[in-house]
Amino acid sequence: MKRSILKPTHRNWLILALIILVAIVILALRWEQTVFWLSRYGIVLRQATVTGLLIGGVYGLVAMGLTLIFGVLGIINFAHGSLMTVGMYLTFVLFTRYGVDPYLSVLITVPVLFGIGLVVQRFIIHPARNAPEHNQLLLTLGLALFIQNFLLVLFTATPRSIRLAYGRGETPIGPFMIDFPLRIWGTTITLPKLAAFVFALALAGGLYLLLQRTDLGKAIRAVAQDRDGAALVGIDTQRINMITFGLGTACVGAAAALVLPFFFVDPLAGDTFNITAFVTVVLGGMGSIPGAMLGGLIIGLTQELGVVLAPSSIKLLGVFIVFILVLLFRPQGLLGVKS
Amino acid sequence: MTLLAIEGLHVGYGDVPVLSGVSMKIEQGEIVALIGANGAGKTTTLKTVSGLLRARSGTVTFTGKPIHTWAPHRIVGAGLVQVAEGRRLFPRMTVLENLEMGAFRPGPKQQRPQSLQQVFDLFPRLAERKKQLAGTLSGGEQQMLAIGRALMTKPTLLMLDEPSLGLAPMLVQSIFEVVRRINQEGTTVLIVEQNAVQTLSMADRGYVLENGQIVLSGEGNALIQDERIREAYLGL
Repeated sequence: MKRSILKPTHRNWLILALIILVAIVILALRWEQTVFWLSRYGIVLRQATVTGLLIGGVYGLVAMGLTLIFGVLGIINFAHGSLMTVGMYLTFVLFTRYGVDPYLSVLITVPVLFGIGLVVQRFIIHPARNAPEHNQLLLTLGLALFIQNFLLVLFTATPRSIRLAYGRGETPIGPFMIDFPLRIWGTTITLPKLAAFVFALALAGGLYLLLQRTDLGKAIRAVAQDRDGAALVGIDTQRINMITFGLGTACVGAAAALVLPFFFVDPLAGDTFNITAFVTVVLGGMGSIPGAMLGGLIIGLTQELGVVLAPSSIKLLGVFIVFILVLLFRPQGLLGVKS
Repeated sequence: MTLLAIEGLHVGYGDVPVLSGVSMKIEQGEIVALIGANGAGKTTTLKTVSGLLRARSGTVTFTGKPIHTWAPHRIVGAGLVQVAEGRRLFPRMTVLENLEMGAFRPGPKQQRPQSLQQVFDLFPRLAERKKQLAGTLSGGEQQMLAIGRALMTKPTLLMLDEPSLGLAPMLVQSIFEVVRRINQEGTTVLIVEQNAVQTLSMADRGYVLENGQIVLSGEGNALIQDERIREAYLGL
């Protein structure tokens, strides 16, 4: 075997230096904008920070579902994004046909997507449980393609969106009247993004508590940590697989309803979230639930700040720079466990 | 009463046969030892009985019911529980959570507080460390936790796979003490060991496994006296 003359640690520093160099070049090329927000108009920076954190909460929720499924079943679910698209169309139809408020439709999309998750695990994933992992991965990819094309037939490729009847001007939030969009320290916060963030964080917290406190949640963690050990204390590991897959897809069911008021839906809409979620999961540590949320917030933040710094066509550059840095110095992810 | 009957068990990994016709019987209240060299098929036998491996042929009957087609969790529910080799703990869960998972099924769950008390009486060390993550315990403490977690399931028959593996001699002594005590309190025990002398002297009966077959069986004390055993396993 050929050996690199550089020690791995030296190589890390070399790559770090390269990244810093690239960053400096970009800053230099975009010098005017850089000076613009660094010197006088910190407001652009602040706005990007706020928007990034708000959308990051949703990224975190999507990533939590993905990482939960990975932690327990050991498969990367490529259909995660397409299932989110299903949830988005469900929200869209409920709103346009039946006038159901998108935030209320969470109560429908979550159980429906949970149910779809159970069925997908039982009838598509489970029969292939003894197949090599890459085959199971292809299976979820095939499912994604099927869902995308099925939705294309049903809804065509036209992007669709919904508009809330409220959320501009004085809006009653519980007992308070709040004037939207909120303006805090020069930044603008719209109701849909704030609501998405708050609900996403609440649901993520609920899922975390479920995993930490309830017997079901402990059984899920037990199966993730030692499948045979779990079977030997009497846990039905296949049942846990099914429930976990259902919970994972329920996460995108919620995220779907939460993003629709400020996003759009076409047959590929959910997949853009899933690609971000892949990065988020690895960044936070594969299988780590708090890591997924932390990763989501970091990715959201980096992405929005990237738009300020670099041309918007390469706004993901910053995300991948952060990603590479984390993997260089913490290969197991931010909150991951060394295997 | 015969609690567990294994008959003509054939098990293999891929094309490689590991067990070729293993038959054993365990009576209620006994301590039975299964001894043999590395690779003889001891762990494979226990894994098959627990339902983690499927037999090619042969039957496993527990309290009169054929269980060789059952899923592992159902076998645990019937009262047949294994403390696996390598302990198989949940490393990033606390000692208390590991024990709680032992009483996951509805029946044992109702008795969870009493069972916890019993386990803490048996292993006071676990009570001191109940908030600690299982993965950070010492080898001996992990073995205690593995046994404690299995006891939480309220087993009728407890199978132990090499509980002394990797432990200091003094700890081995106390683990054997505990096994004896568990048996005196009414649980039947099947213990797999390489540590032949100690195991056989504690056991009512023993089986010797060689290349996937039972080559010898008899009362524990009789087996210790057997010439072939002394030569092969005791180094005497």
